[in-house]
Amino acid sequence: MSFDWKSYTPVIIPDTPNLHEIDVYTKNGGYDSLKKVLSNDWDPEKVINEVKAANIRGRGGAGFNAGLKWSFMPKPDGGPRYLACNGDESEPGTFKDRKIFEYNPHLFIEGALIAAYAMQCSAIYVYIRGEYYSWIKMMEKALKDAYDKGFIGKNILDSGFDVEFHVTGGAGAYICGEETSMLESLEGKRGYPRVKPPFPAQKGLWGRPTTINNIETLACVPLVIKNGADWFSGIGAETHPGPVLYGISGHVNRPGVYELPTGMPVLTLIEEVAGGMRNGKKLKGLIPGGSSTPILRGDALDGVNMDADSLREAGSMMGTAGMIVMDEDTDMVEMLWRISHFYHHESCGQCTPCREGTGWLEKILLKIRNGDGEIRDLELLIDLCSQMEGRTICALADAAAWPVRYTIDRFRDEFEARCKKSTYALA
Amino acid sequence: MANNYEFTPEDLKEIETIKAKFPEVMPATLPTLWVAQRRFGHVEPEVQHLVAETLDLPVSHVHGVATFYTQYYKEKMGKYVLDVCTTTSCQLCGGYDMLHYLENKLGIKAGETTKDGMFSIQSVECLGACGYAPMMQITNDVYVNNLTEEKLDEVIESLKADKMPEFESVGMPQHTERS
Repeated sequence: MSFDWKSYTPVIIPDTPNLHEIDVYTKNGGYDSLKKVLSNDWDPEKVINEVKAANIRGRGGAGFNAGLKWSFMPKPDGGPRYLACNGDESEPGTFKDRKIFEYNPHLFIEGALIAAYAMQCSAIYVYIRGEYYSWIKMMEKALKDAYDKGFIGKNILDSGFDVEFHVTGGAGAYICGEETSMLESLEGKRGYPRVKPPFPAQKGLWGRPTTINNIETLACVPLVIKNGADWFSGIGAETHPGPVLYGISGHVNRPGVYELPTGMPVLTLIEEVAGGMRNGKKLKGLIPGGSSTPILRGDALDGVNMDADSLREAGSMMGTAGMIVMDEDTDMVEMLWRISHFYHHESCGQCTPCREGTGWLEKILLKIRNGDGEIRDLELLIDLCSQMEGRTICALADAAAWPVRYTIDRFRDEFEARCKKSTYALA
Repeated sequence: MANNYEFTPEDLKEIETIKAKFPEVMPATLPTLWVAQRRFGHVEPEVQHLVAETLDLPVSHVHGVATFYTQYYKEKMGKYVLDVCTTTSCQLCGGYDMLHYLENKLGIKAGETTKDGMFSIQSVECLGACGYAPMMQITNDVYVNNLTEEKLDEVIESLKADKMPEFESVGMPQHTERS
């Protein structure tokens, strides 16, 4: 791809000073998309169809078409319906939604309001991880301003559409980024994921129809309404289109969040956008979309692009586009042990394969890291992964197993070198 | 049971505002625990009782929630809690070096509190600041990014003088480049 990334002009987080202030936002065309859909010729179904056609694939990691998700909501029955916005952002390597809270909160608020109109929701909750205390306060301020200007509340812009919008915070639990766990947490409980079905669209918050969307996904919505579905689907990768926030961290010269089209070559992102490897080191590995997405070898990244299809072909996933870059000095055993420690710490404990499995993964990796492992422990780890994957209520067990399975598969020599030779002599 | 802890009228007003956001009272559990922790510095069992009584919810429920979420302090902590992130990106960029430097500087291990009650250190899971690694959060509030030993020295000195570092806004490199 010969895309000139330097000429790209960000639209989710444009370079407009003080855009987080509501007056600056409205002066720059803000809330015009909301006005457009609340005017007479946009019924909710038209909004859903437009968003569906744009093919905004969920930016929280699952990559599901947002408009299609909205269309799963049952017909209104007069009772309450909810939109729950997922700002939990806890996947290691992911730090993008906080940029929206800080630099363009009203774009997200506007997107959520349009989504609530399209699905006929009566209330919106945005759930933000408790650690983001500073950003929760920013969102509280932005919501208050939007209320004061009449964009939220009763009879918004004289359209007859009513919706309430509240921000609420978590208190430190990775699992609450899982959508049904987030609903439990919003309901004031421990974040135990729910068994599906029933899906949230049937039975979500307080048993009522609920849709959960990621913050960045919702921030794309006003842009789609403003510029049209064709504009959005014409940006970036054909099957996974749109602008996206890449969070680049690890051993690069200029880490940070960059807004660019999907489908960017990973090597361009690392070598050019993020300023190349620190200290001129060689690239050893890349976790492309948050810690649960399988690691790719640095020497196998030629021609790999940041979109669902290309990454699947390469043996990984787009996830949250939180790219963790590792140089040649990275100790893969140490790195993997720390990831396993994370998932062990964060398992909610509901399902046995996950509660026990994550603990054993960590324990065995610690043994290998300390030099006491044996080659057969590697097989044991892979076997454990097979006993965890797909056997639990939510995907945390899978998220814990994949890094183990693929890091061992792709850097096996390094793990073997750390293991003791067999204690069973053949002679 | 007599309780040594009491919410102020302002706290109770805030709790009423929280309750008004939801159709039921249970969703107020997490935010009310936050109000309590910001007031008392922790949510020890007695504080959990207070929260349960205030919301008219079972103590067992409040206890279950308080113990599920890591940010609630189930025991008294130092005046400043230094949460050093050591998850992947921070691990790769020297998070453990920063943690160990702090441990040596303050003479305590992660999970401990200094004798004078000023500082606690914790090694924590990803805080969502991966591009600004290594980093730490102070008492569930301000993030301190791109840590170095010198920066840690400065932060500790400033905290000893009861001054919290200010919120650091980290922009988009794309923007700064063009301006």
